[in-house]
Amino acid sequence: MQRTTMDLWVGLFVAAGIGALLVLALKVGNMGTYSAAQSYTLLGNFENIGGLKPRAPVKSAGVVVGRVVDIQFNPETFDAVVTMSIDSRYQFPKDTFASILTSGLLGEQYIGLAAGGDEVMLKSGDKIMKTNSAMVLEEMIGRFLFNKASESNGDKN
Amino acid sequence: MTSETLVEINDLNFSYDKRAILKGINMTMPRGKVIAIMGGSGCGKTTLLRLIGGSVAPSSGYVKVAGQVVHELSRDELFQMRRKMSMLFQFGALFTDLSVFDNVAFQMREHTNLPEAVIRDLVLMKLHAVGLRGAHKLMPAELSGGMARRVALARSIALDPLLIMYDEPFTGLDPISLSVIGNLIRRLTDALGMTSIVVTHDVQESLKIVDYVYFISEGVIAAHGTPAEVRDSVAPFVHQFVHGEEDGPVPFHYPANSYASDLRLGGRFA
Amino acid sequence: MLMLLKSGISLRRFHLIIREIYFTGVLSLIIIVVSGLFVGMVLGLQGYETLQKYGSESAVGTLVALSLVRELGPVVAALLFASRAGSAITAEIGLMKATEQLAAMEMMAVDPIARVVAPRFWAGVISMPFLAAMFSAVGIFGGYLVTVVLIGVDEGSFWSQMQNAVDFRYDIVNGVIKTCVFGVAVTAIAVFEGYDAPPTAEGVSGATTRTVVTSSLAILGLDFVLTAFMFRGMS
Repeated sequence: MQRTTMDLWVGLFVAAGIGALLVLALKVGNMGTYSAAQSYTLLGNFENIGGLKPRAPVKSAGVVVGRVVDIQFNPETFDAVVTMSIDSRYQFPKDTFASILTSGLLGEQYIGLAAGGDEVMLKSGDKIMKTNSAMVLEEMIGRFLFNKASESNGDKN
Repeated sequence: MTSETLVEINDLNFSYDKRAILKGINMTMPRGKVIAIMGGSGCGKTTLLRLIGGSVAPSSGYVKVAGQVVHELSRDELFQMRRKMSMLFQFGALFTDLSVFDNVAFQMREHTNLPEAVIRDLVLMKLHAVGLRGAHKLMPAELSGGMARRVALARSIALDPLLIMYDEPFTGLDPISLSVIGNLIRRLTDALGMTSIVVTHDVQESLKIVDYVYFISEGVIAAHGTPAEVRDSVAPFVHQFVHGEEDGPVPFHYPANSYASDLRLGGRFA
Repeated sequence: MLMLLKSGISLRRFHLIIREIYFTGVLSLIIIVVSGLFVGMVLGLQGYETLQKYGSESAVGTLVALSLVRELGPVVAALLFASRAGSAITAEIGLMKATEQLAAMEMMAVDPIARVVAPRFWAGVISMPFLAAMFSAVGIFGGYLVTVVLIGVDEGSFWSQMQNAVDFRYDIVNGVIKTCVFGVAVTAIAVFEGYDAPPTAEGVSGATTRTVVTSSLAILGLDFVLTAFMFRGMS
């Protein structure tokens, strides 16, 4: 085997390897959409986060604008403090509404941001004041059954 | 004489797993000579070469090469010293992944900063010396046993060493290749003024080319002398070895119980 | 081991490393690419069959990508690498030892560790992450072929669900770290077994077998340990 042919093959090999890594990073992973950009932090208190997990997406109007970085329990207020990292390209007004939503019936949970009308924008480290907890399926079913039961009781009376 | 001594072996003992392999060996090897070390298979000849090359350390005694005690050298000093010696292995030990040319050029590329053009000329000169200049593009797998041995010889003289050790250079060669190798050893030794140590059990071929012979048997030097002395020797071991007799001081039979008792003659069935 | 590190850096040996990358990396490409394609295609089929029952067949991209990037890519590529390249390294070094080439080198004042062992070690360590990345990439393409092109899962949701679920830092970087660890383990075992092999025919064949067995077990064991550290507490 000629040395130059070998060098050529090895060069192609390394290029293909780096290419594969790039494909994984950009096409498969989310680096192209989010990680590379600058980001800032927002906080939100939720009564119940349901099945929300770190790294869950934060979406506004269905577009991923950031990710959940950390979830802590606050022992004083007895609620969950969710830390979100938001792409710096996107600014949100002070009265933005954050709710924990589920994609589809059994899909993953994410945070949906619904922008308000305030002129002042949220800065890094700010807390989103208006939050809406996760809908927990058991509670919903329980509430539904309870309502049904009270309805039928009402009928009897 | 002493000033010309290249290798000096003094009261050398070597044991392996408590089994004594070499016992009290003394040898002096002057510059510019071909010295043969002969003995039956497994008598410790190859071990002796490994001791001279510093691959193993003696149990007691010492080997001095060019005034330096081999086993006392540090690894770096040993590598420095090994640039002055080389060894021809039994089957050549050519690097199978390199061509003949690259094999011979190997040490020049590793140890010198010579430009590639100079290396090319040197390699072709070395290959010419063994008559294989035309084979420089071949791979070792394409060579016959004798040619491989000659390439290995060219490789071992690549850096013009002071000392070459040959480990069984004649094994497995046809008579023509055998005398080619034998004559090459003699010619190169004379031309380059180096010292050659030939470990062999090929008596007839080596007696033609060497200056001095040591016989080793059971770890001691059984006899030594010039080829002429050796041929006429009446010492029973040397006589048996030189003339290839089947039985003698070196017995045909491996030590065993008496033949009769092993076959149970006169035992149970009587 | 220190010797390996020291000798590998020397630029003079760089062409030796390139040569060995050719033998360990480039020549392993075919088996890696073909296996990756089929593993991805099977994952796609099986994943589709299962997910379809829950009506979430668009998540098949996520399934294929996460399985490949986190586990199957690094592990299967390393197993293939161990049996294709690791065994070759052991056999080559073992044979060089058996035919006294290493002893000859030693007598020529050339350190066989630096000249023979180190380039093979570095070549293996360099090749492994590339091979695993190609395995995963080709595997995801195989999954894409089966589910999107053949079965007809929506292409947009295939990629977007995948991109939502696969995180660069947690999944891809961790996968690459795994392959690097596997690369070091496999080639270290391979060169050690070769260098340590008894210089006989049985010795070399035994060492080759041991390379494949030991490095396969090492890959699986290390994979468990690494996974436990990397993905503990994650979804």
